[in-house]
Amino acid sequence: MEIYVCIKRVADTSEVEIEVDRSGLALEEADFSWDINEWDNFAVEAAVQLKEQHGGTVTAITVGGEDDEEVLRRALAMGCDQALHCYDPAFEKADAWAIATILAAALKGRAIDLLLFGAVSADEGRGQVGGLVAGLLDLPLVSLATALTVDGAKAIVQHEVENGLERVREVDLPAVITVQTGINEPRYVSVRGIRKVAAMDIPVHGVAELGLAAENYASQTNRITLEELFLPPQGVGAQILEGSNEEMMNQLIQLLQENGGL
Amino acid sequence: MYDILGVSGAAVQTLLLLLAASALTYILRRRFGLLRLAAAEPRGGHWGERLRRLLVIGFGQARQPRYLVAGVLHIILFAGFLVLSLRSLSLMVEPYAPGFLSLGEPYATLKDWTGLLVLLSCVVAAWRRVVVKPARYHDRHASQSHTAEALLILGLIAVLMIADALIDGSFWLTGLSPNPPGEINLPAFWIHNTTILIFLCLLPLGKHFHVITALPNVFLSNLNPSGKIKPPSYSESNFDALESVGVSKLEDFTWKQTLDAYSCVDCGRCSDHCPAYATGTPLSPRMLSIKTRDAAYAAYPILGNIVPPQERPALVGETITDAELWSCTTCGACEEACPVMIEYIDRIVDMRRFLVDDGRLPAALQKPLAALEKRGNPYGKMARKRGEWVAEVAPGEVRILAPGESCEALYFTDSCAAFDPRVQQTAVAFANILTQAGVNTATLGAEEVDSGHEARRFGEEGLFMALREKNMEALESRSFQRIVTSDPHALNSLRNDYTIQQPVVHHSQVLAELLQAGKLPLQALADHRRYTFHDPCYLGRHNGEYQNPRSVLEAIPGIQTVEMERSRKRSFCCGGGSLNLFQETECDRRMGEMRVDMAADVGAEVVVTACPFCLVNLEDAVKTTGREGAMEIIDLAELVQRSINGAEQQPLEV
Amino acid sequence: MREIFVIIEDFGDGAWELAAAARSLGEARTTALVCGAAEENQQALAKLFDRVVVFPASADGNWDAEYIAACVLPRLLSEQPYLVLLLHSNNGLDLAPLLAAKSNRPMLADCLSLEVREPGLAAVRTTFGGKVRARIFAKESSAGYLATLRPGAFTTSAPVEGAGILEGATAPADYQPRRRCLQTLTPDAGAVDITQAAILVAVGRGIEEQENLEIVQSLAEALGGELACTRPVVDKKWLEKSRQVGTSGLTVKPKIYLAVGVSGSFQHLGGVKGKPYMIAINQDPAAPIFATADVGIIGDLFELVPLLEEKIRAHKS
Ligand SMILES: Cc1cc2nc3c(=O)[nH]c(=O)nc-3n(C[C@H](O)[C@H](O)[C@H](O)COP(=O)(O)OP(=O)(O)OC[C@H]3O[C@@H](n4cnc5c(N)ncnc54)[C@H](O)[C@@H]3O)c2cc1C
Ligand code: SF4
Ligand code: SF4
Repeated sequence: MEIYVCIKRVADTSEVEIEVDRSGLALEEADFSWDINEWDNFAVEAAVQLKEQHGGTVTAITVGGEDDEEVLRRALAMGCDQALHCYDPAFEKADAWAIATILAAALKGRAIDLLLFGAVSADEGRGQVGGLVAGLLDLPLVSLATALTVDGAKAIVQHEVENGLERVREVDLPAVITVQTGINEPRYVSVRGIRKVAAMDIPVHGVAELGLAAENYASQTNRITLEELFLPPQGVGAQILEGSNEEMMNQLIQLLQENGGL
Repeated sequence: MYDILGVSGAAVQTLLLLLAASALTYILRRRFGLLRLAAAEPRGGHWGERLRRLLVIGFGQARQPRYLVAGVLHIILFAGFLVLSLRSLSLMVEPYAPGFLSLGEPYATLKDWTGLLVLLSCVVAAWRRVVVKPARYHDRHASQSHTAEALLILGLIAVLMIADALIDGSFWLTGLSPNPPGEINLPAFWIHNTTILIFLCLLPLGKHFHVITALPNVFLSNLNPSGKIKPPSYSESNFDALESVGVSKLEDFTWKQTLDAYSCVDCGRCSDHCPAYATGTPLSPRMLSIKTRDAAYAAYPILGNIVPPQERPALVGETITDAELWSCTTCGACEEACPVMIEYIDRIVDMRRFLVDDGRLPAALQKPLAALEKRGNPYGKMARKRGEWVAEVAPGEVRILAPGESCEALYFTDSCAAFDPRVQQTAVAFANILTQAGVNTATLGAEEVDSGHEARRFGEEGLFMALREKNMEALESRSFQRIVTSDPHALNSLRNDYTIQQPVVHHSQVLAELLQAGKLPLQALADHRRYTFHDPCYLGRHNGEYQNPRSVLEAIPGIQTVEMERSRKRSFCCGGGSLNLFQETECDRRMGEMRVDMAADVGAEVVVTACPFCLVNLEDAVKTTGREGAMEIIDLAELVQRSINGAEQQPLEV
Repeated sequence: MREIFVIIEDFGDGAWELAAAARSLGEARTTALVCGAAEENQQALAKLFDRVVVFPASADGNWDAEYIAACVLPRLLSEQPYLVLLLHSNNGLDLAPLLAAKSNRPMLADCLSLEVREPGLAAVRTTFGGKVRARIFAKESSAGYLATLRPGAFTTSAPVEGAGILEGATAPADYQPRRRCLQTLTPDAGAVDITQAAILVAVGRGIEEQENLEIVQSLAEALGGELACTRPVVDKKWLEKSRQVGTSGLTVKPKIYLAVGVSGSFQHLGGVKGKPYMIAINQDPAAPIFATADVGIIGDLFELVPLLEEKIRAHKS
C-alpha cells in the first residue's frame, strides 16, 4: 500500500507570552519551540501502523522552509520510508490554497492508496489543506478520523460528526483522510532515533521539480493575504471581584458572557 | 576396606567422580552458553578492593545479619559448608588411600559440632519454610514457589550430615564407638559420597546455583558509585553507531547481568526493601532476576536445543512488562540490601533504553521529555525564565553568571528549584544563606538546562547527552571554584554522569561547612516539635552523605530529633524525582504516604529533607494522609534560614 | 444585488447564525441550500432566507458531505453566487474545502466576523488556538468566495425576515458515491473526554465530600461544560482518573476554566494549557490559584456555586 502523509512544523506557544512583532504580520518567535503539528503526529503514526499491517511504503511530505525538514526527519524516525520536502523561496508565505496546489503538484501522477493529513494545524487552525487537496485531486474525503482500518480497496473510517456523534464510513481507495488527535498513541521518537535518520536523503522539490509557474509562486497563487495580527483583549493577573455574593455572581455572569462562556 | 558388592572402593569412587564431573561439566557448559554470547562488561582491576569485598561480603557474610534469624542460619550453613568441604574432600580420597588425608582430632571434633549445627539449622530453616513462612519468601508476583526446591536442598544437606555422622560414628549422634561395625559405616560412607556429588550436580538447576556463582559474583561486583549508570555499550563508545540500544532479549545483557540473574538466592531482601514493591506497583526487583533466570533456563535448556529469540516470549514486554520497568525510581534500596551484590538499576535502565528506542514510552512521559529536548526543562516552561527566581534573593546578591565571568560558588539549581514555585523557596533560602555568609554566589540562569539525570535513568540516553553537552558548554565558558546544588539528583548527575574538574557539593555539605566555620548564626527554634531527617536516595545511598545534614539539623538550638526506623542506608524513597512526578504508576499507596506514616510512627512532626522532590512528594503526602497542620515538611536550607531569622518567624508558607 | 448561498447543516442555531452572517454583509439575496428538510423545517428556513432550495435527503438521511457537494456544486457553478457560507463545524469541515477547491473559490476558514471590502472580502479569525487574532483579506475573485463561520460567533444581529421562496431540486442523476455510511455511533455515556472540552469546571479538595460533588456537577451542566478535578479528588475515588487535570493527569486546553476549591498547585496547573479564561473560587485569599487566574472570587464555594448555577440558568432561559 502506498501511503502519503502531509505534515507541518508548527510553533509550540504553550507557556509563552505571545507578542506581535513590529510588522504586525508575525509573532515574536524568540521563545517559541518548534515541533510537528500535533494532529500530523497522529497521522504519521496512523500511516506507519497501516504500513506495518499491510506492507507498502509511507512517504511524508511537507511544504515549508529549510528548518521544516526537521519534521520530515522525525517522521522518518517514526517509520516513514521516504520524505519529500517541497521547499522553494517562491513558496514563502504560501496560503492554504497555494500549499494545497503545491501538494497536489507533488502528488500528481503518483500511485496513491491513502493520503493522510492532520485534521487541523495548531497554528493557523484552518482545517482546510487536506480537503482542498482532495478537491484538487478529485479524491473522496473523510475528515476528523478517530479510527482507521484498511480492507482491500476500501478504508473503514470512523469520524467525528455533529453533536458529539461519530459515524463509520466505508471509503473507496484512494482517498484523503484527515486525522483527529487520539486516533492512536503516537510512538516516542528518541533523540537517537532522529540522529539515526540524519543521513537519509530527503529530496527537495522546488518550483522547477514540481512543474509550477516559476516566479513568485506563492504571491501569485495566494488567494488570501494577512493584513494584521493582534492579541485579543486580556486581563492581567486575577481580578478579584468585590461585593456581596450576589453582586460577585452578577459580575461573573457578565464576565463569562464577555469571554464566550455563556 | 570400602569395597562394596565385591567391587573395589577406588573403582566405585572413580566411577562416581567421572559421572559427576561429566554431568557437572555438561550442565555448566549449557548454563554458561548464554554468558558466552553476552555483551561485554569490564570487571577487572582494583583487585585489592575486590578481594576485600569477597572476604567481607562473600566469606564474611557481612550483609546477612540484617535479617537476624535467616542471616544467622545462613552464616551457619555457609560456615558449615566451608568447614565440611575439607571433610568431604578427605572422604573422596579415602577409597584410594585410606587414612591418607587424616585431619586430626581437633578437626574431627570441629566438624562433628559443625555437622550438628548445620543439621539443626536445616531443621529450623525447613520449619521456617513450611510453618513460619516469612512474607518475604513469597513474592506477590511470583507464579511458582521455591519451597519445594529449598526443602529438597535442605533435605540433601541433612542426609549428608547424618551420613557423615554415621561414617565414623560421631559419639553424639550414634553413641557408637569411633570404629563402628561395617554394616553401618560402609553404606553411610557411600550415601555420603554419592549424595554430595548429586548435590553438586543439582546446584546449577535452580536457585542454589548461587552456591557456585555467588562468591564470584561478589568478587566481580560493581565498584563504581551506585549512582553511576553504565554506558549503553562497553564495546562501542559511539552511541549513534550502535545497531540497537538497550536490552530486549537475553543475549543483550552483559555477562555480569546474566551472572546476577544466576546468582539470585531468591531471598527477597531486595523486594522487601523496594518502595515500588511496598506500594504495590507491578515491580518486584527479585522477580526481575528470577524471571530472567527462568527465561534463560528455558531458552538454554540443559537438554534439548537452544530456543531462538523469536520463538520465546519477549523478554521485555512479556516476561518483564513495561509497567514493571517504569515503576522503578532507581532509589537503590534493592542493591543496598542484596547479600550477593546483585545490581538492578543498570539492568532496569538498559531495558528502558530498549523501550525508549522502540518508541514505547508511557504517554504521560512524552510531553515532559519533548519539553526537556525543546526547552531544557520537563515542565515546558520558557528557558528564558529559568533564572527569574534570583529576583527573590536580596537584591543583586546572586548573579546570573555570564560567559567569561567567575564566581566562588556556582549554584546549579536544576529544573525543579528553578521553576516550581514551592521549591524556589528552597533556592532562595539557600542563596540567602550563602550570600549572608559572604560566599560569592552565581547561577547559570537561562543557560542552564536540566541535568538530564532522570532522562538518562528513564533510558533516553540521546536526550541526556544533548542536555549534558549544553550544560558542559555553559560550564566550560565560565570559571568557578565549585558547584553547589540543592538537588541531590543534580549532584549525582554532575558527579557521576558528567566530567567536571571542580568539586560538586550538596547544599547540606555547604551548610555543614558554614556551620563549622561559625558562619551560620543559628537561633533557637523553641517550637517543641520533634524533627526527623529523611535521607534522599541520591544524597544518602547513592552519594554516601548521611552525616552533614544531621550535623546541621542537630546544631539548631532547641530542637529535638528522632530517627526513623528506615533511615540512612535503608531510607525509603519518597516517590522519585523529576520525570517520576509525571508518571502515575498503578499502586495501592504512594511512596510518599508510606514515608510520612513512618515519620509519624516515630512521633516526628517535622520532616526535614534536602531534596526538592522529597519536599514535593512528602508535602503532597502530608495532605493526602490528612496530616495538614500536624506535620510539616521542610528543606534543610529553609529550616536553617528560619533558625537564622529567629524563632519569631512564621513557619514557611506551604 | 449580491447572491449569498448558505449550506444548511441544522435547523436551529446554525441556520439562524448563517442567516445572520449573510445579512450582516449588507444588501444581498440569500439562498439556503439544504438536503432533506421536513415541512416545518422548510418553513423555518423560509423565514430566514429569500430562497430555499431543497434537495432530496441523502441515502441514510444524515449529513453526507460528498452527496451534498454533488447536489450543490452544479448550482454554485451555474449561479455563481458571490459568497457561499457554511458553519465551521465538524460537518462543515468535511465539505467546505472540497467545495472551495471544486468551485475555485478562496476559502476564509473559521471566521469570527466578515466584512465586504471591495474588491474582496475581509474577515477576522483566530490562530494559535485562540491566542492570536488575524485580520485576513481574500483578494478579488471572479469565482466568488467561500467562508466558514465559527459557531456562536454570529449571534448579535438578528436576521431580517427573508422572502422565503421554496424550490424543490433533484439530486444529480449520475451521482456515484465513493463513501458510504455504515453506522452512526453515539458516545457511551460514561466516557468523558475533558481534553476536548471548551468549558471545564474543575473541582478540588475544597469540595470536602463526595456527596457535595453534585453542586459542581450541575454547575458544569448549566455552563455546558465538563467536570474536571485535581488529583486528591481522584485519589479518594470520588471521580474517575479521566477527569484529572495535571502533570500526572491530562492536559486540557479549554477556553474557560472555572476552578472551584482548587489551591492551584504547580502540578495541577501544569495540565492547563492554551491560556483559558480562568476563574477561581476559593475561600483562601492567599491560594496560589489567584496568581494564575484571570478572575478570583474569595468566598465559600458551598454558597457561591449554587448561586452561580441559578444565575446561569436564569441567564440562559
Ligand atoms: C508527583 C506528583 C504529581 C501530581 N500530579 C497532580 C496532577 O496531575 N493533578 C493534580 O491536580 N494534582 C497533582 N498533584 C498534587 C498537587 O501537588 C496538589 O496536591 C493538588 O493539586 C492539590 O489539589 P487541590 O487543589 O484539590 O487541594 P488543596 O491543595 O487541598 O486545595 C483545596 C483548596 O480548596 C479551598 N477550599 C476549601 N474549602 C473551601 C470552600 N468551602 N470554599 C472555597 N474554597 C475552599 C482551600 O482554600 C484550598 O485552596 C501531584 C503531586 C505530586 C507530588
Ligand atoms: S531501585 Fe528502588 S525502586 Fe528500583 S527496584 Fe530497586 S528498590 Fe525498587
Ligand atoms: S536479588 Fe539479591 S536480595 Fe534480591 S532475591 Fe536475589 S539474592 Fe535476594
